[in-house]
Amino acid sequence: MRLIPREVESLWTLFTAPVIWAGHFLAAYIGAAVFCAKQDLLPFGFGGVRAYIAAITLLALAGIVLAGFLAWRQWGFGAEDPPHQGWSREDRRRFQGFATLLLCALSLVAVVFTAMPAIFIAECNP
Amino acid sequence: MTYAYPETLPPDTRTDAEREAEADGLRKVWEAPKGLRYWTAVNNTEVGVWYTAAAFIFMLFAGVLALIVRTQLSVPGNDLVSAEFFNQAFTLHGTVMMFLFAVPIFEAVAIIILPQMLGARDLPFPRLSAFGFWCFIIGGVFVCGSIFFNAAPDAGWFMYPPLATSEEAGIGADIWLLGLSFIEVASIAAAVELIIGVLKCRPPGMHINLMPLYAWYVLIVAGMILFAFPPLIAGDILFELERMFDWPFFDAARGGDPLLWQHLFWIFGHPEVYIVFLPAIALLAMIVPTFAQRPIVGYSWIVLAAVGTGFLSFGLWVHHMFTTGLPSISLGFFSAASEAVAIPTGVQIFVFIATLLAGRIVFSVPMLFAAGALAIFVIGGLTGVMVALAPFDWQAHDSYFVVAHLHYVLIGGVLFPIVAGIYYFFPLVGNRRLSDRLGKVGFWLMFVGFNVGFFPMHFAGLRGMPRRVFTYPDEIGLNMLNLVSTIGAFIFAAGVLVIVWAVVRPKGREPYAARNPWNAGTLEWVAEMPGESWGIRSIPIIKSRYPLWDDPNLIADIDAGRYYLADASEGHRETIVTSVLSAQPLQCLRVSGPSFVPMFSAAALGAVFIFLTYHWWWPTLVAGVLALVGILYWLWTATAVIPDKAQKDVGLGLTLPIYVSGPKSVGWWAMFITMTGDGTAFGSLVFGYFFYWTIHDDFTAGVGGPGAAWPMAALAFFLAAWIAMLVARRANAAGRPGALRGLLVLSLTLTLAGSAAGLTGPWLHGMDPTTHVYPAIVWVLVIWTACHGAVAVIMQGFCLAGSLSGRLTRQHDIDIHNVVLYWHFLAVTALVTFLVVGLFPLAQRSGG
Repeated sequence: MRLIPREVESLWTLFTAPVIWAGHFLAAYIGAAVFCAKQDLLPFGFGGVRAYIAAITLLALAGIVLAGFLAWRQWGFGAEDPPHQGWSREDRRRFQGFATLLLCALSLVAVVFTAMPAIFIAECNP
Repeated sequence: MTYAYPETLPPDTRTDAEREAEADGLRKVWEAPKGLRYWTAVNNTEVGVWYTAAAFIFMLFAGVLALIVRTQLSVPGNDLVSAEFFNQAFTLHGTVMMFLFAVPIFEAVAIIILPQMLGARDLPFPRLSAFGFWCFIIGGVFVCGSIFFNAAPDAGWFMYPPLATSEEAGIGADIWLLGLSFIEVASIAAAVELIIGVLKCRPPGMHINLMPLYAWYVLIVAGMILFAFPPLIAGDILFELERMFDWPFFDAARGGDPLLWQHLFWIFGHPEVYIVFLPAIALLAMIVPTFAQRPIVGYSWIVLAAVGTGFLSFGLWVHHMFTTGLPSISLGFFSAASEAVAIPTGVQIFVFIATLLAGRIVFSVPMLFAAGALAIFVIGGLTGVMVALAPFDWQAHDSYFVVAHLHYVLIGGVLFPIVAGIYYFFPLVGNRRLSDRLGKVGFWLMFVGFNVGFFPMHFAGLRGMPRRVFTYPDEIGLNMLNLVSTIGAFIFAAGVLVIVWAVVRPKGREPYAARNPWNAGTLEWVAEMPGESWGIRSIPIIKSRYPLWDDPNLIADIDAGRYYLADASEGHRETIVTSVLSAQPLQCLRVSGPSFVPMFSAAALGAVFIFLTYHWWWPTLVAGVLALVGILYWLWTATAVIPDKAQKDVGLGLTLPIYVSGPKSVGWWAMFITMTGDGTAFGSLVFGYFFYWTIHDDFTAGVGGPGAAWPMAALAFFLAAWIAMLVARRANAAGRPGALRGLLVLSLTLTLAGSAAGLTGPWLHGMDPTTHVYPAIVWVLVIWTACHGAVAVIMQGFCLAGSLSGRLTRQHDIDIHNVVLYWHFLAVTALVTFLVVGLFPLAQRSGG
C-alpha cells in the first residue's frame, strides 16, 4: 500500500479541492442549522458546534493540502512555468497540475473564510 | 493503442474535380431543408440562430415592460397603469429577462459557436437541441402571452409563498410554475449537449490544455445547470402540488414552511446569476485576445476563475435570505462565501486587463462594449460585496439599492458582453460585419443611458424607496431621482434599438466580410464567407491554443480537404468523437438529420404543461400519450442505429468504429449527465423532508407513517429488479438473447411490484396529504420513485422490443448499457426513499 496516491490520468482531479470546500461548507452549515433547530434536545451547547467546525475545518484543510501536494507533483514541482501550451502529454499534465494547484489555493482560502464565523459567533441567535 | 498522427500531411493526389465532388457531397448532406420543411432543420447553424433570435425578441418584450414600469414611476402618484398591471409587468419583466433571455441566450450562442470552435460538424445530439428550442419557444410564448389576458404572474419573479400560493395569485402563478418548468427541460437538454460537446467532440489533438477558454466556461456552466435547475424543478413540483391539490408544503398552519421555497428557489437562483454571467464573460475571453492580438495572459488562471466561481456560487444562496431570521452563524457562512467568490471573479478581470496591457489594442466596437461591460460590472461587483455583509444587507434589503446592484451586475456582466459578442461573431452567421458607426452610437446611448438610469437608484434605495411599489408619495425626496432614472432608461432603450437596427437592417448590397475578419486565432474563424452549411470542410489536427495564428497553412489545408472526414461518401452527417484529456480520435459519429419529430414531441409535451395549468385532465392525458409516442418513435428510429458497416476510413490512415456502446458512447454520457440532474432534484426533495424534521419538535405531528413493512418490501423489489438488469446485461454480452429477454420480463415485473408496494404503504396507513405536510412529503417521495419505476418499465419494454426485432444484439448493445446506467441511479433513489420514509420515523421516535 502506498501512503501517497499514484498519479491518475483524469480530468476529475481538477475538482478535488473545490469538492472538499463544498463538503466542508455543507457540513458546517447543516451541522450548525440542525444544532440551532434542535438545541433543546441536545446534551451539549454551542461550544460543541465550534469544536465540530474546528474539527471539520482541520480535516478539510488537510485534504486540500494533500490535493495541493499531488497537484504540485503533477505540475512537476514547478520545474517549468506556465503557460503550458505545447502539444505534448507533458504540457497537458503540467497544465492540469498547475490549474489544480490554483484551485487548491482558492479552496484553502474559502474554507478558512467559511470557518471564521465560528470564531466570532457564540450563540444561535435566534 | 493510441493512434500516431502523421508528422506532415501526405501529398495531395486528388484532382480538382475529385475535390469538388467531395465538397458537393458534403454540401448536399449538410444542406438545410427548403420551403416549409426548413423548420424541420436540426443543424446547429439553423437552430442556434432561431434560438438567439427568439431570446432577443423575448428580451425586447421584457424591455418594453421595463419601460412601462419606469414611465409609471417617473412622477409621484402616477396613475398611468393600475397596481395590478404594474405587478404583472415587473414580475414578467424579471421572469422573462432571466428565464427567456439570460439563460437561453447562453445556450443559443453556445449551440452556434461551440461546434465551430471545436471544428465539429455539429453537436452530438442535434435533434435534442432542436427539441430544446421548440420547448423554449412554446413555453416562452405561453408565459409572455398571459399578460395580454390580464393573467400574468404578479407575485415577483421569485414567487414567494404565501403570497403566490394564495387565492389572489390567480392562474398567473400556475402559468409561471408550469411554463417555466417546461423551459427548464430545455436548459437541461442544452447542458447535456454542451458538456458532451466540450468533452467528447473536440478535434483530434486538441488536448484539454489547448481548448478555447470559451469551452472551459461552457463546460462549467453546463455542469452548474445540472446542480442548480433541478432544485427549482423540485420546488416547482411542491409548489404546484400545493396550488393544484392543496398539499400544504408552504402552509405554516399545516406544518409547512414558506422558507423551504426560498431555499429551493435560491439554491437555483444564486448559481443562476453565475450561469448567465460566466458564458458572457467567456465571450470576452475570446474577444480580448483577438483585439490585443496576443494569447491570453494566464490561461490557467481563467480556468481557476471559471471552476472556482462555479463552485463557490453554490455557497451564496442564503444571502438572499439574510432578513428571514436564520441563525446568525448561518448568515456568517454565507456572508463568508459571498466575499470569497469575489476572488475568482476579480481574477478574470485582472487577466483581461493584463492581456490588454501586454498586447497592442485594436480599437473596435466589440472592444468598446467589452470595456463598458467591465466598467459597469465592477460597480455591480463592489455593491455586491457591500450587500454580502449581513448588517448592510438588513438596511438595503428589498430596496432600490438592490435593484441598482442587480442591474449593474446583469447588464454589465451579461448584456454588454453579449452585444460585444454579437458584434464580434456576427460575420460567422450573417457573413458581413455590422456597422461600426451604428455600433458606436448604440454603445454610447446604452452606456450613458444605463448609468443615468440606474446609478440614481442606489440613492433612491438608501433613501428608503422599496422595490416593487407601483407609486410613491410626493415630498419624500424621491421625485428627481426617479425622473432621472426614467429618462436614463429611455436613452438606454434607444441605444438597444440602434443595435437591433444594426443587426436586422437589410445588408444585401454590402460586400461580404473578409475571411477571419478580426484576424483571430481560434478555429471558428476558419468559416468561409459566405458560410457553408458543413461547419468545416475537413476536421483538422489541432496542436495549439491559437491554431490560426500558429499555423499559416491551416485554412488552406482544411479547405483542400486534406484532413479528416473530407467527404460524405455514404450520405450521412458525420463528426469525430475524441477522448476527454488528449482528444485521441475514438469514433466516427453519425448524427441525425432534419425531422419533424423534435418539434412534434416538444409541442405535445408543451400541451401537457399548458393543459395542466387549466386543470384539463383528459386533454393532458392525451397530450402526454402523444408526447410519449413521439419520443419513443424518435428513439426507435434515430438512436443506436445499426450502421451499414462497422468502421470507416476517415482519412490520413485513420479508421474509426461507427457504433460504440457503454462509457465510450455519447449516449451513455448523456444518460449519466441527465441522471445527475435528476438525482439533484431528488436530493432537493429529500432535503425538504429533513427540513421539515428540523423545524418541528415532532415532524410527524402524530400522523401515522407508512410503516416499515411496505417500504422495505418495495426496496427489496427494486433492488432485485436492479440485480436482474445487471444479470440481463451480462446475458446479452454472453450472446444469450433468450436469457436477456427472460430477465427483462422478470425485472419489469419486479419494478411494477416495487412501485406498487411503495405506494401501498402510505395508502394503507391512510396518510392524507392535505392534512399535514408530513404525509404530503412522504407521498411526494414515493410517487417520485414510482414514476421513475414507470419510466424504467418503458425502457425495459423498449429493450425487449429491441431484442425481439434484432435492434439490440450482442454487438449492438447501446440500449442495454444505458438502461442499466439508469438503473444504478434508480437503485440509489429507491434505497434512499424507502429507508427514509420507512425507517427514519422509527429512528426519530426511539432517539427523540
